Amino acid sequence: MAIQTPSLDLGAGLVQATASSASRGYWQSVARRLRRDPVTLICAGTLILIVAASLAAPWLGLADPYKTSMIRRLLPLGSPNYLLGTDELGRDMLARLIYGGRLSLFMGVTPVVCALLIGGLLGITAGFVGGRTNMLIMRVMDVFYAFPSVLLAISLSGAMGAGTENTLLSLTLVFIPPVCRVSESVTTQVRGFDFVDAARASGASTLTIVRVHVLGNVLGPILVYATSLISVAIILAAGLSFLGLGVKPPEPEWGLMLNTLRQAIYVNPVLAALPGVMIFITSICFNLMSDGLRAAMDVKA
Amino acid sequence: MSELLQVRDLHVTFKTPDRTVHAVNGVSFALKRGETLGILGESGSGKSVTLRSILRLHPEHRTRWSGSIRMEGDEVLEMGSRALADLRGRRVAMIFQEPATAFDPVFTVGQQIAETIRRHTGKSETDAFKRAKELLELVRIPSPAQRLKAYPHEMSGGMRQRAMIALALSCNPSLLLADEPTTALDATVQIQVLLLIRELQREFDLGVIFVTHDIGVAVEVSDRIGVMYAGKIVELAGVEQMVDAPQHPYSRGLLASTVHDGMRGQRLEAIPGAPPDLAEVPTGCSFAPRCKFVRPDCTTAPPSLRATGDTHLVRCVLAA
Amino acid sequence: MDTVIPVDRGGPAQPLLLATGLRKHFPVGGGILGRGRKVVRAVDDLTLSVAKGETLGVVGESGCGKSTVARLLIRLIKPDRGTMVLDGDPVDEPHGITVNELRRQVQMVFQDSYASLNPRLTIGETLAFAPKAHGLPAAEARERVRDLLSKVGLDPNNYAERYPHELSGGQRQRVNIARALALRPRLVILDEAVSALDKSVEAQVLNMLVDLKSELGLTYVFISHDLNVVQYLSDRVLVMYLGKIVELGPVEAIYGNPQHPYTRALLSARPSMDPRKRTKEAPIQGDPPNPIDPPSGCRFRTRCPFAEDVCARAEPALSDTGHQSVACHMSIAGSGHSKAVRGGAAAA
Repeated sequence: MAIQTPSLDLGAGLVQATASSASRGYWQSVARRLRRDPVTLICAGTLILIVAASLAAPWLGLADPYKTSMIRRLLPLGSPNYLLGTDELGRDMLARLIYGGRLSLFMGVTPVVCALLIGGLLGITAGFVGGRTNMLIMRVMDVFYAFPSVLLAISLSGAMGAGTENTLLSLTLVFIPPVCRVSESVTTQVRGFDFVDAARASGASTLTIVRVHVLGNVLGPILVYATSLISVAIILAAGLSFLGLGVKPPEPEWGLMLNTLRQAIYVNPVLAALPGVMIFITSICFNLMSDGLRAAMDVKA
Repeated sequence: MSELLQVRDLHVTFKTPDRTVHAVNGVSFALKRGETLGILGESGSGKSVTLRSILRLHPEHRTRWSGSIRMEGDEVLEMGSRALADLRGRRVAMIFQEPATAFDPVFTVGQQIAETIRRHTGKSETDAFKRAKELLELVRIPSPAQRLKAYPHEMSGGMRQRAMIALALSCNPSLLLADEPTTALDATVQIQVLLLIRELQREFDLGVIFVTHDIGVAVEVSDRIGVMYAGKIVELAGVEQMVDAPQHPYSRGLLASTVHDGMRGQRLEAIPGAPPDLAEVPTGCSFAPRCKFVRPDCTTAPPSLRATGDTHLVRCVLAA
Repeated sequence: MDTVIPVDRGGPAQPLLLATGLRKHFPVGGGILGRGRKVVRAVDDLTLSVAKGETLGVVGESGCGKSTVARLLIRLIKPDRGTMVLDGDPVDEPHGITVNELRRQVQMVFQDSYASLNPRLTIGETLAFAPKAHGLPAAEARERVRDLLSKVGLDPNNYAERYPHELSGGQRQRVNIARALALRPRLVILDEAVSALDKSVEAQVLNMLVDLKSELGLTYVFISHDLNVVQYLSDRVLVMYLGKIVELGPVEAIYGNPQHPYTRALLSARPSMDPRKRTKEAPIQGDPPNPIDPPSGCRFRTRCPFAEDVCARAEPALSDTGHQSVACHMSIAGSGHSKAVRGGAAAA
């Protein structure tokens, strides 16, 4: 049924237009660019190490992180049997740090994932549907957004009381508005593109249009934003624990450890700073990875 | 020296980690004062890159230039930053396609024109504003005194374009570069701006290089037309010769496929295929894959520019 | 999905699409909660009909409302007022067809831009989307995609798996056209479909549009700011200004004997192709005004060299003047304009 046009190969010369002849999807080219980015690779490697160590903690042959010893308090780094010294209650720092990673990472990642799901859903809905729904959702978010995140986290935690579950809840609530706002903004932008209009003009259902056309274009930027939030979450969780509003002792958690080691600053400053170093490394790795992800996704293929 | 601008064998290449693009592959032409050269080409022909190279507007770390661009005898490609700053805006001015982005949105139009005047001529602020008002009158903007205080977004597209022309002329340049300045304008506004440019050119004896993809526009403003394809000038002739008797198969194809009066009912003679990828330097004539008259010797070596008359140059083996 | 192609119902005399009194105003944000008091009167009381098998050209400059008309006709935007009838069936009314059914028969080709094709989907996936959304099974959808690609001159083996960024502007526009044909529509609205293309590619695509129209028995509404292309393609032409139709008629009448001052200005604003006959004077001054506060009475009066008092008081109705319809007091007998045609047709 092809039209009889004079023999023209309309693709002549154009197929070679791209650098490689193999057709590349967007996510594959993002992955390719990420693999070539040294900063992102180093950060990813570091994080994998930390996460792996935390997960494998029970099997690493570490000392008991809860075992106290009044004689062996505040041993310095490099002491025999205690590679990183001991804390103010004589517990092995290395073990505390590695076990602490579990809680700290959990407290950092979980609220972001929850906020991503809830805030993302709200934002995409607001962005796609528009009109009054959009106004309703976004103005409610604005109310929460008006509070600085730290203040909000402290207030919520203070109101609900300390403890891991409450901290998770309050951090999730803190992160929902920013994720919602970013999702709504990106979705509104994509919604205005002609190909979405074309999809609407084809009579497909709204859900199908969102699933096929909107999500693929919107998830990228939202994901980048969410990864940058993880570092904030880790610091906030640590901060809350430091203030006594988060994790309760004797659980190992980096923020809490910073609090309890405060008195040790005059005795052994390096020891007291160790949990802070862990927070710093983890946080900055997530941050740099998020930057790398954004740069990799920014190029218009 | 009667030659205002002389471009010889200009090559411009962009190098990025992903790919290399040979945007301009040996362009040569000359321009006198009071003359308008229209550069006609489609996307990817290298016409805008050529124009911007005259002011060295491309990012230095990614661009490689070779050849010569002589503006009133001075070699642009070897200029230091001070000479270049003096060149840009004062000796050579440029107007762009999108006037909205050429102006800074946080300053009024008057402030921006006055700033340029003060920078290049050292006039006082009052004098500069007076001159700015004169310029707005020159480009036929109604109520110029009020418009001086207007922000770019408060003006319509046509008015912004006129304001940009005023800005360009503020320091009495001898050469005006126009990069598709009317492409984004409505038809009734486009013709006003074209006439304005023609009039200003006559009044100030400017040399003008006008880049466009629209043949009608090129015919309206140009004394000579150069047709570009794949980074080279393939034909250069006086405007009447170009319209009456184009000789390069690409120029002919372009004219034949442009829709105008009286073509209703006839099938359009479309040039088959698409422009080549500029990542590689071609071995033969770049137009050969799409040419109706292609011969074996077209693909062996790139053809050179031959004269087929006093002022008619054609880059084709078939040219007489 | 029904494999029955929608059938012609009323015969050639019945217009394929009849839109009556369409109005669309957009509020401009500003007040509290985003409710401004200003409105953009994009389209005002517009009536047009499209005959089966014709190409209706729509011309106008920015702000005239032609893009809004396109979106109203395919119901991407809901009109504030007005009705539409597709081959005798009222649209979106109790006894007529639904908007979804309208979309099976009326499709749109968008202007090529990086936003016209989903960058995350392959060409094949983009083309298969509409048929699959209407229930076509995957294998048949793939066949349909191959068929569509060949129709627009793209080799299916080469292009179905490619992404939009790998294609040139001309190729992407062919895909846009193929997408519009995916549901086998009867009417295709082309909104500046060739405007972003290079001239040589434009010629290729125009040839293809002509071929497709005769091969598939399509009807076109061709919207463009390029008067030459509209003249080439259209049977009838409609000229718009600030949301209203100012002139309407067969292409020969509009181009050969334009009667509205705006149409005349538009036609003479085209750059001359003859260097010996260059344009000496611009046909009208100033820019197209803002559709937020259109002038009272005749909307063109602020730029019209023949404007008189009556033009500010009363809006001229679209009146039949023999070969075409014009909305100008000069063409309506007894309108009060000093140049009003004597003995001409009274206002419709």
